[in-house]
Amino acid sequence: MKLLVCVSKTPETTAKIAFTNNDSEFDTSGVQFIMNPYDEWYALVRALELKEQLGGSVTILNVGPASNDAVIRKGLAIGADDAIRVNAEPKSSLYVAKQIAAVAKEGGYDVIFLGKESIDYNGSEVSAMTAELLDMPFISYATKMDIDGSTATIEREIEGGTEVLEVDTPFVLSAAKGMAEQRIPNMRGIMMAKRKPLKVVEAVEANDLTTVATYTMPPSKTEVKMIDPENMDELVRLLHEESKVI
Amino acid sequence: MVLVYAESPRGQIKKSALETVTYGYQTAQKMGVDCVAITLGNVDNAAQLGQYGASKVYNVANESLNDFDSQVVTSVLAEAANKLGATVVILGHTSTGKSVLGRLAAKMDAGSVPGVNAIPNINGTFSVTKNVFSGKAIAEVQVNSDHKVLSVMGNSLQPEVVGEDVAVETLDVSVPASKIKVKEVKTIDGEVPLPEAELVVSAGRGMKGPENWGIIEALADELGATTACSRPVADTGWRPHHEHVGQTGVAIRPNLYIAAGISGAIQHLAGVNSSKVIVVINKDPEAPFFKAATYGVVGDLFEVVPRLTQAIKDFKAS
Repeated sequence: MKLLVCVSKTPETTAKIAFTNNDSEFDTSGVQFIMNPYDEWYALVRALELKEQLGGSVTILNVGPASNDAVIRKGLAIGADDAIRVNAEPKSSLYVAKQIAAVAKEGGYDVIFLGKESIDYNGSEVSAMTAELLDMPFISYATKMDIDGSTATIEREIEGGTEVLEVDTPFVLSAAKGMAEQRIPNMRGIMMAKRKPLKVVEAVEANDLTTVATYTMPPSKTEVKMIDPENMDELVRLLHEESKVI
Repeated sequence: MVLVYAESPRGQIKKSALETVTYGYQTAQKMGVDCVAITLGNVDNAAQLGQYGASKVYNVANESLNDFDSQVVTSVLAEAANKLGATVVILGHTSTGKSVLGRLAAKMDAGSVPGVNAIPNINGTFSVTKNVFSGKAIAEVQVNSDHKVLSVMGNSLQPEVVGEDVAVETLDVSVPASKIKVKEVKTIDGEVPLPEAELVVSAGRGMKGPENWGIIEALADELGATTACSRPVADTGWRPHHEHVGQTGVAIRPNLYIAAGISGAIQHLAGVNSSKVIVVINKDPEAPFFKAATYGVVGDLFEVVPRLTQAIKDFKAS
């Protein structure tokens, strides 16, 4: 089983969000970066579990500059066999998907894993785009997955419930909570990660069809109105008359 | 032309599809073009989409479209857009829409914006806003390609009636065979799924244990609200994972979010701060959640929540 796990680098979940260059760029000063939690906790760990069960290999793929190598090494420390970094600034979803598709075509992977979305741009687009560029089935928001031979049985989240389906490899999958549990790399893993191969490849040509013009902060909430805990009738009145939500 | 895909899970058109058509209509008005809607599979009452601004409603009827496959839906929508001459395609930002948006963008070589929260600005350029960093900021995204694909965040606007029912026409589009076999669909009946819920009652570690959730369920029942929980509560198995709202759980934007016994960690706020009104009930006056709240109640939730339930019961009776 040849598995590819695409990971992105995101600001850590408590990072202060600020912008620079006329509010057109995210201000990275003082921000700690991590591997996108959906990519790490669910996609990568489930791929590793399948490899342990069925044999094969897990390759990590990242599109980004050399400063992303720390995040990639963490994935290797958790247990991936090798890694590929496409040396390019990931500016738009379609640009990134075209890079992933180019690498995936070359590698002939059975399953291409991504997290269900990144916690910064929350687009949830790259996985679907990659599937289309590769002309493969796409299973989104997967919460459980098992493989028997070349057929996978997958449970996925749908509006108001879940769906169970079968699909043959190769396919693209986006992983959601439930797929696996977070793994903390141990010292041996961290030491071994330093010697695992990390191949850097150049980007393929692709245009950005979208650009971010400006970032703004959401309008700040008005001051909280405190209500007497003995007087819930007053709260109900405010919800009805002032806020008009009930 | 603007083409809107109106989803019909299990044959039913839901409010999110009506919002999407209203969004498509308002966008088309700004562009000075027509808005048409398309439905897939067997659909009840697709004609009503005319009321929300679709000048035409097309249906692609094919048994295989009743089960969802993003590859098949993408192929059908791309061919329909091409046939009808649509340059802008609009989807709902639902699990279906999100699974199709990127595929469709790649197939049409279109610039795409997922989860838009306002009607586009069209002024020489085409730009539209969306939430980023889990609602902590808003990005204005400029779409530079001729073809554009957008998905509309739920509860961003209200469906608006602007016309009348229109006759549903069959559109002849090829439907490729699906490579996915759907074995089973399990739905939770009677409850509005969290991303669509307008009223949400949520609770956290302050509940002390899963056996105490009766008061939360009673409040939710009285309001007709959906229940949710914080991450620690889902992680310890007190509540099912699908109820977890926050940065790594479900992001919601209801009209009313009531949080009992949740301190308001930044990761939790990220998933709920798009709620229109937030009520925070917590015995700790220093709980950070109060800073994000519209209304705050400092008190013991085991007393305050039942009192609130009773107050709503009294309000409904009056």
